[in-house]
Amino acid sequence: MNESIKANPNMGRGQISIDNVVKIYDPDGAAVMAVDHCSLEIAAGEICMIVGPSGCGKTTLLNAIAGFHSINSGSITMDGQMLCGPGKPQATPGSDRIVVFQNGALFPWKNVLDNMMFGPVMAGKMGIKEIKEKAFSMMADAGLSGTENNFPGELSSGVRRRVEIVRALMNDPSVLLLDEPYRALDSLTKSVMHEALLDIYYKNKVTIFFITHDLQEALFLGNKVAIMTSRPCKPKKVLTVDIPYPRSYRVVTDQRFRDLMEETSELVHEEAKKSFAAGEREG
Amino acid sequence: MIRSVQKFFFNRSSRRATIAIIVFLLFWEICSRSLGWFGFQVPWIGKIPAPSAVITAWIPLLSDSGYWLSWYLSAKRVFTGFLVAMILGIPFGLLLAINRTAYGIMFPTFEVLRPIPPLAWVPAAIIFWPTAEMSIAFVTFLGAFYTIVINVLGGAQSIDQRFFQAARSMGSSQWDIFKRIVLPATVPSIAVGASVGMGITWEVVVAAEMISGGGSDGGGKGGGLGFFIWDSYLGGSYQQIVVGMISIGIAGYLSSSLIRALGDHFSKWTRR
Repeated sequence: MNESIKANPNMGRGQISIDNVVKIYDPDGAAVMAVDHCSLEIAAGEICMIVGPSGCGKTTLLNAIAGFHSINSGSITMDGQMLCGPGKPQATPGSDRIVVFQNGALFPWKNVLDNMMFGPVMAGKMGIKEIKEKAFSMMADAGLSGTENNFPGELSSGVRRRVEIVRALMNDPSVLLLDEPYRALDSLTKSVMHEALLDIYYKNKVTIFFITHDLQEALFLGNKVAIMTSRPCKPKKVLTVDIPYPRSYRVVTDQRFRDLMEETSELVHEEAKKSFAAGEREG
Repeated sequence: MIRSVQKFFFNRSSRRATIAIIVFLLFWEICSRSLGWFGFQVPWIGKIPAPSAVITAWIPLLSDSGYWLSWYLSAKRVFTGFLVAMILGIPFGLLLAINRTAYGIMFPTFEVLRPIPPLAWVPAAIIFWPTAEMSIAFVTFLGAFYTIVINVLGGAQSIDQRFFQAARSMGSSQWDIFKRIVLPATVPSIAVGASVGMGITWEVVVAAEMISGGGSDGGGKGGGLGFFIWDSYLGGSYQQIVVGMISIGIAGYLSSSLIRALGDHFSKWTRR
């Protein structure tokens, strides 16, 4: 780690253990196994990238952590507390785990400032004035000053994504759950967004659980990368990216990065082919 | 102010509109006067009083309190029916959207009643309600009610699941979700329902006034723009029929503009 990265109050929060999780969807009696005995350890303050073909069941895993869906067996714990597991199939959604959705979930009828303030106002632990100050300082940190009175519809998709991540951070979450947030962006915007996300990460050191099907994105951002099998979903290979932070976009041309790409692209490609053959689409 | 007036007159689309209206009036004038001028009558439009004759008939009416009373009575009925439809229709639509049981019980009945045109209710309404005035208000209300309910229901049902999930994970209670997600997300649909509903109430009020003899207000003689047209027809004053028709056009346009402006004001965020 680079010394310029400050010690952070979030340090030590957001350790997640996924233990033998099974999820079976049962639409019309046709049991479809989405997640099969999946186990994964995510250390506090780590960026863990989940890579797999579309429809492999990655989002199912994320929904289980967030508490939007139940699991059939196994357990998920965060910082030693059970989120879901035996006797409690579905986690309770909470502001310690905030999801940033694939298509974005900024409230279009609220301006940026009101979106930022939503979580803390709901939590009711801080006064409105305090919340507003926090919102302004976090927006300034993320280079979003001046957008506070805009409605989300008036912003570019890149800026909207950044706003949504900062809105998530307003809740002081232990973990950010990102579900292919940059999927719809062009590759140039994407690389800008990557650096911006890392920037936010250096400042907040929040655990990040990031789903993607883009291997280069995974290796660039992650310090742990889990390559998942196509449905049913479980880790096929988990590797640590030993390239120190802070990383700039130039990293992708380094020999070490290219070696990692070479090492992993075969695995990902294999799963993509399997998934394609099985005709899986969304998930 | 002066600038906006200037802008209006130099704006291409308002210039086009003005020219179109003038051309239309000229065409109408020539067709109406064809018998006297060219010795043959243009079919259909030739029987209608010419614009100049209509305006001649209109001018004395402008200082006639009976004419303005008709405006007032129709507008009062429209806005009463419309407001009651909003007050009952919005909560009802929201209830159907958020409560499965309520939906299961009430929606089928609602769907059977909905296709019945409001005007088909006129005889029944006259029997149900003690006064003609109340029958007209009831029928007017029906005209807007169904449209508003259907729009609110559709709007609230199509709210994206993500917004609920995001709100829940940020610690919102059920009430918070209703107040901060469902309501604001439905506002644009309410606005659409209201502006369509407003148009329907004008259609309905005029017909209801014709059928029911203008209601009991207006000094016992009845009234309203619909009645005004019918009365002119019975009295053989064809110019006044056209005056009444154009008056309704203007009244409908003004009230729709008002509703649209209000709708735009409350759903600013939908404008990109």
